[in-house]
Amino acid sequence: MNNTGKHSIQFVILGTLLILLFLVNIALGSVLIPIKAIIQIILGDDTVKKAWEYIILDYRIPKALAAIMTGSGLAVAGLMMQTLFKNPLAGPFVLGISSGASLGVAFFILGGSALGLSAFVAPNGWGTILAASLGSFAVLSIVLLVASRVRDAMALLIIGLMFGSLTAAVVSILAYFSPAEELQRYMFWSFGSLGDISWEALGILSLCYFIGIILAFSVTKSLNSLLLGDHYAQTLGVSLQKSRFIILIATSILAGSLTAFVGPIAFVGLAVPHLIRQWFTASNHWTLMPACVLGGAVLMLFCDTLAQMPLFQFTLPINAITSIIGAPIVIWLLIRKKKLLF
Amino acid sequence: MSDLQNISLSSSQLSVGYKNGKEKTIIVENVNLSLKKGTFTTMVGINGSGKSTLLRTLAGLQNPMFGEVLLQNLPIETLDPEKKAKQLSVVLTGQYISKNLTVLELVALGRQPYTNWLGKLSEKDKVHILNAIAATELEAFKNTACHALSDGQFQRALIARALAQNTEVILLDEPTTHLDLHHKASIFSLLKTIAHEQQKIILSTSHDIELVLEISDEMLVINNGKATQDTPKNLIESGVFEHLFPANIIGFNKENQRFFIR
Repeated sequence: MNNTGKHSIQFVILGTLLILLFLVNIALGSVLIPIKAIIQIILGDDTVKKAWEYIILDYRIPKALAAIMTGSGLAVAGLMMQTLFKNPLAGPFVLGISSGASLGVAFFILGGSALGLSAFVAPNGWGTILAASLGSFAVLSIVLLVASRVRDAMALLIIGLMFGSLTAAVVSILAYFSPAEELQRYMFWSFGSLGDISWEALGILSLCYFIGIILAFSVTKSLNSLLLGDHYAQTLGVSLQKSRFIILIATSILAGSLTAFVGPIAFVGLAVPHLIRQWFTASNHWTLMPACVLGGAVLMLFCDTLAQMPLFQFTLPINAITSIIGAPIVIWLLIRKKKLLF
Repeated sequence: MSDLQNISLSSSQLSVGYKNGKEKTIIVENVNLSLKKGTFTTMVGINGSGKSTLLRTLAGLQNPMFGEVLLQNLPIETLDPEKKAKQLSVVLTGQYISKNLTVLELVALGRQPYTNWLGKLSEKDKVHILNAIAATELEAFKNTACHALSDGQFQRALIARALAQNTEVILLDEPTTHLDLHHKASIFSLLKTIAHEQQKIILSTSHDIELVLEISDEMLVINNGKATQDTPKNLIESGVFEHLFPANIIGFNKENQRFFIR
């Protein structure tokens, strides 16, 4: 009945993994910096090489923090979507919310030049954030509207897929008319990148992230009732409209702001909640939520550590890595369990 | 005690159906029923007669097309959802229930209306949960996930969840579908015992007319868009079962209370 304590071992393992991966993540990269020096830098020791200090403080730590927020935010968004839509395959990416964000950014970066606004277009600028958030809000409101009319969970997923296709189509039309430079900029954004995040940008991202996470935790009890379906939840005293609204707002803030900063990231939102459910064998969202926060962060830090290709002079797109790791996980889960349960 | 005080769920001039855009379709009209404490009532009728629609409307999950449903003499839609959750619980079929839940977790969700925002269970909550599990004889499956249960066990777990919710009214939609005769009988007698011993109002829809004729305190027969509430004995006397199915195919023998094929 009371799961507190039952999962403490798993939580300790996840917490330890998170700290270890955080240190490994900032130690590795094209320049290898010894752990000892990293700890000295974090503790404010001035005797360490200035170049190292710069790399650690202004590049790697912001990047690692962005990875933590991205992974945990998307995992929590995915968990909420899976429970809300009673669909094991739901997630911010599948429902087209990330596509909506992409569409917003595409309009902003690629359409900007047509309107003579290219001067305002800067990577990671406020414009991108706003465009992505607006895009995901737009898609989400449509999903909301449809959700109130269509009760079928499958129809919602198909709508999500359609948004994916629609985004791709609009982007290719925009690309056709855009100068190569802007197209390249959009392409780079769409690969996803955790780097190049300034402390200021990180501040904005954390604000959105914490609002989203707090909203998510505020509906945890309702999410537990929703495990029984909408009708049962209603007879347990849940106000469906209110809960749905908060869940969708939380998801769009998380998915919209994260996508704006790091580009569309697939599979984290889908795979992490399933991995956590399997490992914890839990359904209670008071267990799943914090576990997804930790698990998402761990997976994303791991993917980012791989993406930065230690000791090589280049980094791989983070989105490619999450897909390469995430897709086999989902396939493995499907084969192993025959049927995914939400 | 007057009869009125014993009545906790009633309806007046209730018409149920569904709305498609602006078009209203009424399936059952002018239902005036009253369900008394300590009675086990069953609702029967042919497929598509509107049993489930009426049950959902009585549970406040669907708006009436006309008339009203009264829970403790108050219109059900005016009640605060959390307060209503302490008075009325349901057992429904065909819901998207997470089958990852263990029996214990499923039953514990019945206590949601009583817990704080963290959903923490008190000692009292735990007593209700364990009692509900004991009443449905599910002790051995407490920690089994729902996907590993048989249909009958899962149905009993759903009933246990409603019992844990500790409400005066329990409405059940086809709780014995897909079950064999023995499990059907055991679920109905369990419901009857609970209604009598705990002074609850239990209404269940069913397709097994012959079985519920023997076991129900009262019955609600839905026929051609009309609902008739009475005791099984009176209903048999009134001859309503002769006309429930097309009379040229299926007849009803009043003597042994059995349907027969002509």
